[in-house]
Amino acid sequence: MNLLNLVLVLPLAGFLLTMILPKNNASLIRLFSLVLSLAIFVLSLGLTSPFFQSGNGNWFVTDVPWIQSPEIRYHVGVDGLSIWLVILSTLLTPISILVSWKHIDKRVKEFHAFMLLLEFGLIGVFVAWDLFLFYVFWEVCLVPMYFLIGVWGHERRIYAAVKFFLYTMAGSVLMLAAMIYLYNKANTFDYTNLVDLIQRGRLSFTGLEQMLLFLAFFLAFAIKVPLFPLHTWLPDAHVEAPTAGSIMLAAVMLKMGTYSIVRFCLPLFPQAARECAPWIVILALIGIVYGALVALVQPNMKKLVAYSSVSHLGFVILGTFSFNQAGLDGAVYQMLNHGISTGALFMLVGFMYERTHTLEIKDYGGVSTPAPWLSTVFLITTLASIGLPTLNNFIGEFLVLQGSAYVSITWTAIAALGVILSACYMLWLYQRAFMGETNEHLKGHMHDINPRELAAAIPLLILMVWMGTYTKTFLPSISAANARILEQSKAGIEMKVDAQNNKTARLNQSAPTGDQPNVR
Amino acid sequence: MSDNFMPSAVEIMRFMPEIILILVGTIIMVFEPLVDVKRKSALGFVALLGLVGAASATFRAMDNPGPAFQAMLMVDGFANFFRLLVIGVGILTIVASFAYLKREHAESGEYFALILFSIAGQGVMVTANELIMLFIGLEISSIASYVLAGYLRDDKRNNEAALKYFLLGSFATAFLLYGVAWIYGATGTTNLTEIRRVLTNRDLAPAIGLVGTSAALIFVGLAFKVSAAPFQVWAPDVYQGAPAPVSAFLSAGPKAAAFAIFLRVFFTAFEPIADKWQPVIWVSALATMIIGNFAALLQTNIKRLLAYSSIAHAGYVMVAIATHSQIGAAAVMFYMVAYAFMNIGAFAVVTHFSRQGERYVDTDDLAGLGVRQPVTAALLSIFLLSLIGVPLTGGFFGKFYIFKAALDANLVWLTVLGLLNSAVAAYYYLRIIVVMYFREPGESTVDLQPLSPGVLAVLWGSAVATLILGIYPSIVLDFAGKSAALVK
Repeated sequence: MNLLNLVLVLPLAGFLLTMILPKNNASLIRLFSLVLSLAIFVLSLGLTSPFFQSGNGNWFVTDVPWIQSPEIRYHVGVDGLSIWLVILSTLLTPISILVSWKHIDKRVKEFHAFMLLLEFGLIGVFVAWDLFLFYVFWEVCLVPMYFLIGVWGHERRIYAAVKFFLYTMAGSVLMLAAMIYLYNKANTFDYTNLVDLIQRGRLSFTGLEQMLLFLAFFLAFAIKVPLFPLHTWLPDAHVEAPTAGSIMLAAVMLKMGTYSIVRFCLPLFPQAARECAPWIVILALIGIVYGALVALVQPNMKKLVAYSSVSHLGFVILGTFSFNQAGLDGAVYQMLNHGISTGALFMLVGFMYERTHTLEIKDYGGVSTPAPWLSTVFLITTLASIGLPTLNNFIGEFLVLQGSAYVSITWTAIAALGVILSACYMLWLYQRAFMGETNEHLKGHMHDINPRELAAAIPLLILMVWMGTYTKTFLPSISAANARILEQSKAGIEMKVDAQNNKTARLNQSAPTGDQPNVR
Repeated sequence: MSDNFMPSAVEIMRFMPEIILILVGTIIMVFEPLVDVKRKSALGFVALLGLVGAASATFRAMDNPGPAFQAMLMVDGFANFFRLLVIGVGILTIVASFAYLKREHAESGEYFALILFSIAGQGVMVTANELIMLFIGLEISSIASYVLAGYLRDDKRNNEAALKYFLLGSFATAFLLYGVAWIYGATGTTNLTEIRRVLTNRDLAPAIGLVGTSAALIFVGLAFKVSAAPFQVWAPDVYQGAPAPVSAFLSAGPKAAAFAIFLRVFFTAFEPIADKWQPVIWVSALATMIIGNFAALLQTNIKRLLAYSSIAHAGYVMVAIATHSQIGAAAVMFYMVAYAFMNIGAFAVVTHFSRQGERYVDTDDLAGLGVRQPVTAALLSIFLLSLIGVPLTGGFFGKFYIFKAALDANLVWLTVLGLLNSAVAAYYYLRIIVVMYFREPGESTVDLQPLSPGVLAVLWGSAVATLILGIYPSIVLDFAGKSAALVK
């Protein structure tokens, strides 16, 4: 059993163990799941070691048969793309548990069990190299999140939970159909085999076939991202979820969608991805501007942060569909950035809600006087979120804009508008909630940040600065993985064009084979 | 000729499971009046012994497959697979029934005997190799089921269910019998392989109109039994009215057997005209899924909801039949096993929860079950998630194999529509989970007793089986795949 399997199995074991812990001993359950998730985090750090040595390749691979017919394998591994998302999951789980320490006081056992099950599913999604296994983990994530929203959420939690489940389910059944179709054609669910077959031209699709397969996969992922206009489940789910649920949802679960687009849509269906790219980019741009504008007018803090996610995730999509190194690197980097800064924002909003039981911005005002430390942490997070240089989002947004500028300067201009708008809504939020006269009924309630909350916030603050100033830790391995994906994605197209040229060459007899035009 | 009629020992061994079931059922009926009212449940244990005996006889029969009684029966892997399934359904039903019967003050031997007779009938159905045998098996199974549906004879709902089931069921079997008569008239035989031989022989084959009519009539009869559209109307009323454990039994046992003969008849006898019946099944499958799922969305009675859900699931299975392929047949077999476990599990919770006189059968009554009885709620959630088709449950692989077979057979539209249907289905199953976990406990859970040992055993057994099928489906699928090869 290698380290990755350990990291994957421990949350599941934790889930089962938590289930059998005594129900009324809440502090034991909290402590157990916190210690376990911290241990998983520490272990998962060990997964990064090969990437500092070579930066490239697929590590900690396990590939054993699971089901014989149809052939489904337990094939897991990490590469430069997935490793940081795995770390993000293992980091945010203990933080979420810490955040919920006082906040969650009913059905404590089930809550922590579901948190660990969610962690299991999330790690699984990022490390699965078998399409079927990936689908299993994808759906496994759905169940604990559904319960986290539905049981521990706010007033309209049931509506939000069901909407979340049905949206995701509707997308994923089509993905399942596409996967089976792919299997019937290629006779394998294995991602590396599939990519290999496509590269060597053994597996090719007609234009329509590839387009439909791409759309079936993309729709499932786009719902998760969420891409405008499929985003309507997100504000509901984020606002109604408990703090821990919002953090996990925003920081990690949305990345399931963007990660999968990069991982599967680009190399498996390169042609269709490029054909659809203009349309997808338009939707992403609409999402960037629309999300920001809607965030601007939100009276509710959590909803504001939720809509800001729609805007931020638009950048990830824009970078991905620029099809160049800078854009893709920026997209992946932005996935991590968004996880950290928006995760932190949801956490801080959660802290404030715990104190005052309100999310309306108008109920706050002048918070910085009674709670200076909380305000400082919030300010740093705000600045990170709006992309201040030396903080993390700046790097990601810069790369995405750079990448998109290679393709179209108009795209870049529109996306840059989103950056400006994000400064507007975040700073305006900060001004209304934290500056000015202290609101009367806040007095006596608005305690400053306590050591437990600070302990949850500090790792994220450190990362904001680290990722904003020392990209060398993260970017080389991400770039290496992205370069490989771009290579595969391009090769898939060249292969196709070559085959077509060969056909015409054979038909014409006269055309020399050496004359094939190179695809840019 | 004369000594041909004497069945050989091997043939009797092949028929042994049904012999055991009939014998034990008769013994129970004979001793019924002699057993003290308080000890009636002992007869249930006798019935369980009979079922275990029949199961082991099936394993014996497996070692020595082949025809029996002048090829009237065909005891092959396919038949034994379904035999084991219906026997398993019988065991689960009886174990889940003890507490129910005691609660309703309706303990008696005939309940157990009727279940045994019904299963014996299903055994004959799944082994039948010719249409008359098939009809006899169907009638044995059905008549016992009619009585079971009206088992609590003082209960109005039971009476209504039984009467409806009986009247409509008789109609359906009449159609079936009429179809048998037509095909006999057209081909001169009722043996499935003989019919196939006649139909493939260009010189002997009768007009397609004759064969098609008889296939259509037989389709009507069988579609009724599996509650496929447009012959599904009886199912909600019967499942709602019948005693909860009987509804569980009806939705798993007779249905599985009916699907078995569906496969046998249409994949063997009517195989030569497959291109004619395939479109019919295609339409019926789609209609069944849509009617089942969309009607279930509106239900508030949990038994009725499960009835519509069972119609929807019949639709998924019809998709597999529409593929007309060997892996489609294997998918049907796997699905029926997975479905039996998850559905009996769900009905067992209803059996437990409804309490005396089945007062609490509204979905809203389950409010707060997650707090009051977390184990019951968690197990029901597993069954519901499996019915939705969430991975790591048997229901997921069931759907997966069906839709994989459908894509293999190029039924792309049916697959897409079927999968979208299963997303619709998620809504009404989730609603039950919502009520159990997300609502505050109401008065309906106040006087809820702890689970009886029988129901507890059935719930755990079904839940573990559902999860095993979801994590390691090969154990059943390999068996199904091998047996499906025999249906030709």
